This record gives sequence, structure tokens and C-alpha cells, in this order.
Amino acid sequence: MPKPRVAFFDFACCEGCQIEFTNYGDPAFLELLKHVDVVEFREAMSEKTTEPIDIAFIEGSFTREADRARLEDIRRRAKIVIAYGQCATTAGINALKNHTKDYKAFVYGQDAGMPHLDSQKAVGIDQAIPVDYYAWGCPVNKYEVLQIVSHLLHGKEPVIPNYPVCVECKRRETICRYDDDDYCLGPTARAGCGAPCPADGIPCEACRGFVDNPNHEALVKVLTKRAGMPKGWAEEKSRMFTANQRGDAK
Amino acid sequence: MKKTISIAVHHLTRVEGHGNITVNATDGRIEKCEWAVPEAPRFFEAMVRGRHYSEVARITSRICGICSIGHTLASVKATEQALGIRVTPQTKMLRTLLKHAENFDSHVLHVYFLAAPDLLGAPSVFPLVATHGEVVARALRLKRLAHEWGSLIGGRTTHPTTVIPGGFSKLPTVRELEGLKKKLLSAVPDLAATLDTVKALSGAIPAFDRPTEYMALHAADEYALYDGQVQSVLPDGDKASYKVVDYRKCTNEYMVPTSTAKYTKNRLASYAAGALARFNNNHGQLHPEAKKAAAALGLKPICVNPYLNTVAQVIEIVHSYHDSLRLVDELIKKGIREEGLVKPTKYSRGAGAVEVPRGILFHEYSYDKDGMCLGGNCIIPTNQNHANIQGDFEALVPQLLQEGATEKGMEKRLEMLVRAYDPCISCSTHFLDVHFVR
Repeated sequence: MPKPRVAFFDFACCEGCQIEFTNYGDPAFLELLKHVDVVEFREAMSEKTTEPIDIAFIEGSFTREADRARLEDIRRRAKIVIAYGQCATTAGINALKNHTKDYKAFVYGQDAGMPHLDSQKAVGIDQAIPVDYYAWGCPVNKYEVLQIVSHLLHGKEPVIPNYPVCVECKRRETICRYDDDDYCLGPTARAGCGAPCPADGIPCEACRGFVDNPNHEALVKVLTKRAGMPKGWAEEKSRMFTANQRGDAK
Repeated sequence: MKKTISIAVHHLTRVEGHGNITVNATDGRIEKCEWAVPEAPRFFEAMVRGRHYSEVARITSRICGICSIGHTLASVKATEQALGIRVTPQTKMLRTLLKHAENFDSHVLHVYFLAAPDLLGAPSVFPLVATHGEVVARALRLKRLAHEWGSLIGGRTTHPTTVIPGGFSKLPTVRELEGLKKKLLSAVPDLAATLDTVKALSGAIPAFDRPTEYMALHAADEYALYDGQVQSVLPDGDKASYKVVDYRKCTNEYMVPTSTAKYTKNRLASYAAGALARFNNNHGQLHPEAKKAAAALGLKPICVNPYLNTVAQVIEIVHSYHDSLRLVDELIKKGIREEGLVKPTKYSRGAGAVEVPRGILFHEYSYDKDGMCLGGNCIIPTNQNHANIQGDFEALVPQLLQEGATEKGMEKRLEMLVRAYDPCISCSTHFLDVHFVR
């Protein structure tokens, strides 16, 4: 059986999730290459393909109409499309500008009207093409990515958590940020990262977005009552990575 | 005979982000010769407005995946300046160790994965797995070392967690530092082999001299990466220095119609930032082992061949390695103290600069009385190199035409030139700008 053909593509993003792919070290990386053929990966290789692809990893947000045709072409050629990293899943940090109207004028001043500076609302790639799987996170959890690939190669459905980060903190016995005079978005944030941030002494910022049906009202209450955060900040707090998932999403 | 050259490289490969090369020439007459940046703009400035000072570095870190440690450090330093925070000597040592990890990591990635395939005539590192398996495995081992080294100090290397205004949210233990030292020491053979590989391949690096201005941080007591003043050196050795807070005076940003990135200039029409600029400014302060490597690879200041930026990166790999061993030893000897965070003493405006793998990086923010961000500005090394790349193109294309280069040959030389700068284009189109809300 020929090896599955895998390709990486990027849109509006920092390409950090692609970099994570180079951080496995030699045993895991070279082993992975025994099972897949990487046929396109612009950041790392000059080879390109117009042939069908088995798994397409797409990093980055859909932010301008000009990118739609490229996304559609990838979709046409790919059996499986994975939204790779938070920019691709929900637009992550890129969506932090969506609630403002003046971002172009604010940043460019009199140059804002130049046509090549076009940028619309930042959204996930599933607003342009159908997506099969979501690898959440800013950055992705590189071991979860290996697990997703491994499941797909074995014909299994990848298991992607839909429970809060708090579960993972409890599992690794991390002291709750709220018990350390801090705040945290863990109660409504999607797990799967292994909760590295609270273990490193900083709050979870929900970089994998919200769980399905988050209780945002309760989150604001916990932030103000338990952590003493001013109300205005508490209401804005979750926007950093979940702007497109909030009730007030534009 | 009518000879036409038409080069159109759309989305150059083996660089971070999206860049295009266009050259049109008929009968030796150049009609168009252009380096353009079509990366989708992301408007980080609109994002930091109204965010708390503790969140700002976490947002601007996301400008770039490769140099997110550098963005975090520059951001945190600017915020600390604005908030009147002076960090402890231990914090400075740990941050320098983290900065070394990033430069080592990024340079290994660039030298082995992005630049070396050109020198070996391969389209990427993947076919090299079959033909040069040991070299690829070595590159991955070094990459992994840098990842573990950076993760020990910064929590992780892509968007670090522990670096926050006032210090660190989590410190490594002496025992962990001893483990890092062991890992570093075990890399000695890989480091030596890296020098041998680069020496063997260096004959394939094109000769092309174009004197320009070189800008980098400069410090009195060390090869500046984490801290220092701005310094620029001209090919004749003439130096000028600037305070970080006055960074606008030496960067002078301007917009061009072909690019979503802003360009910069200072004393000449363009200047270069990056490993070669640092080497040209600060070579006397390199670790003795790095100086030996420079001698072995034949790199001498002031070097004006931009293709040799890759060689300067190799010399910095050696420097960061040895200086980190020194820092680790010193930290182990002193022991790690739990110091707590240094608290803000005011809320105002401040700038910070660090040397990231691709050159000097500036961040600036202002804050209101509640510590909420009013606006920011970042000037990214790749932006600072765009005008210099264009200048190189304008000098190199006529030279190649005169040499009778083929279209394919010319295309490869231009691609290699851009790659030598190791551009980080996502960074350069972050679009933070100078609008401060008062």
C-alpha cells in the first residue's frame, strides 16, 4: 500500500504550529516519515503538488476573499482536511480585531485604503470550506497531532476532548490558579493541551477556545467574585482567543 | 538575438511567510526587479488596545511562531520599562539563557532545513533523509536540544509561558539546570560535525558583495542579544549609536505599494539586520570558540556578502552554545532563588529591544492608570531587511545578466539571497503601528 500523502498549507497565522512539527526530535520525526509522504510544506520544502492529497493540514485564518479559491482548491484535492491550530479552527488571536471597526484606519492611517491591505473579519477556514477534523490550540499540542495522524492511519476516529482544562489540572495535581490569588479561564476552556499554563504558574487563556456550550455568564461571575477582576475586564477577558465563540461574536 | 528573462516566484518556499520575486528583462535591460510581500495583514495593534499589561506579551508573542521567545522578551521588556519595573540579575541571566536557546534553535532550523538544501542541490530536507540520513538526524537532535533547553526556561518554545512582566512565573531547579548542562555537553560532537558540514558546503555559497549599513544591539560587556543600545556600522567602520527609546530616529518607517510590510532606512538607503549585522558590529565580543569558528569558516568583519549571513548564524550557534554553558554553570553555582515578581511602580510608556534570530526587534507600549494598554508599536527585523533585499536585487540582477546567467540560474540565486536573510514574513506584516491614543 502506498504511504498516505500529507501536505501543509498556511494562511493568516504565525506558522508556529508548523514549527511544532519540527520539535519532535529525530526518533519520532523519522518514524513518522516512514508512514507518510510529505508532498507539500512551503515553509520547509520547495516541492509542490497538484495531485490528490490524503491529509491536508491547513494553518491560519480565512481573512480575505482572495484566499477562498486557494482553500477551495486544497479542499477539492484533499480526502481529509484538518484545521491545524487555533487560527484555522476559530481564527483564534486573529479574531481579536473583529469587534473593532476602525482597525485598518487605526493601524494604517491614510494608507488604509490601499487595495493590497484588504482584510475582513478573521474567521476559521470552515467558513470557506468543509473541515473534517480540528487540531485546537495556540500552539497545537504536538503529541495530540501525532495521535490524530496515528488514528487516521489506523482508520480510527481521532478522540478530541470536549471537557474543560480544569479536568487536566486536577489530573496532574496542579494547584488551582484561583487558590493562588490569580484568575483562570480553565472552567470554560477546551482541554487537550495537558494544561501546561497553570502548571507553569500562569492562567489558562483558553487558547484552544471554549468547550461546546460554555457558561460565559458564570465565568464572568467567577472572574469578578472569586478573582476580584474589575467587571469591564472580566467581560472582555475571554475575547483573546475566543472572540468568534462568544455570544457577542460579530 | 533577443534575450528575455522572466522570473515570477509566487510564494517563495523555505522561508517563513509569503514573499514574491519578479524580474523582467529584455536584451539586458531590466524592466522590473522586485521583492514583494503579499502576506495577509493581521492588525496586532488593534488587538492590544484595551488589554491588561499581563496579557500584552501573550498577544504579541503570536506575531511569530519561530521567534515567539524574542517577541515575548521584547514585549515584556517594553512593558517593564513603561511600568517602572527593574528585573533582578537572576531574571536577566535566565532570560539571556532563553534568548540563546531561541537563536540556536532558529539558526539550526535555517542552516540545516532552509539553506542547506540549496547547497546540496535538493529541493528540501525530505529527500536528504535518504541521501544524507545522518546529517538530517543530527539536525533533528540539535533542534530537539534547543527545544528542551528553551522549554526548561520558558515553559515552551512556541509562545513561551513563564516569561512575564517582573520576572518568571516558574523557575528551573538547580537539578534541572544540571540536566540541561549534561544535554548541552552531549551535543559537542554534533556541534563539531555542524562546523565540518558547513565548511564542506561553503564553496557553494555565491560570491556577491554589496556594502550597506548594519544595525544591531551593542552592549559594553557582552555580545548583545538580550539587552543593549542600538548601534549601526558602515562598511568603512564608522559607528553611530542610538538609545532604544529613540528607535524611531534610526528606523524611519515608510510604506511601499507592493508590500503589506513597512520598510525602514537610517543612514544609507537601506540597512541590514541579523546575524551578519551583529557579527559586523560586535565580533570582538564573541566567545573564543565562536571566534575560532569564524576563523575556520573564513568570516571576517566587515563582511558585505549577504549570502554569508547563514555562515554568521553558524558562528552564533557556537557562541550561544558556549555562552549558555557559562551561564548554566554560574546559575548552578549561585543556586536559584525564589524572588517573586517585581511590581509596577508607575503606568506610562516604554520601549524595549532584543536581538531575535533575524535581527533587532523593537516593541513599544503605553498604558493607562489601570495598566490597560493604550497602543503599541513593533518594528520587526524582517521589515528592516526588506529595503536591503530590494537593494541587493537591484545590484545582483545586472551582475547576473552580465555573467549571462540563465533564467533558472538567476531565479535560484535570487531565491537563495532572500533565504540567506532568513526572512520571517508573518512577523513583518503584523502591522503594529505608531498610533498612541492619548
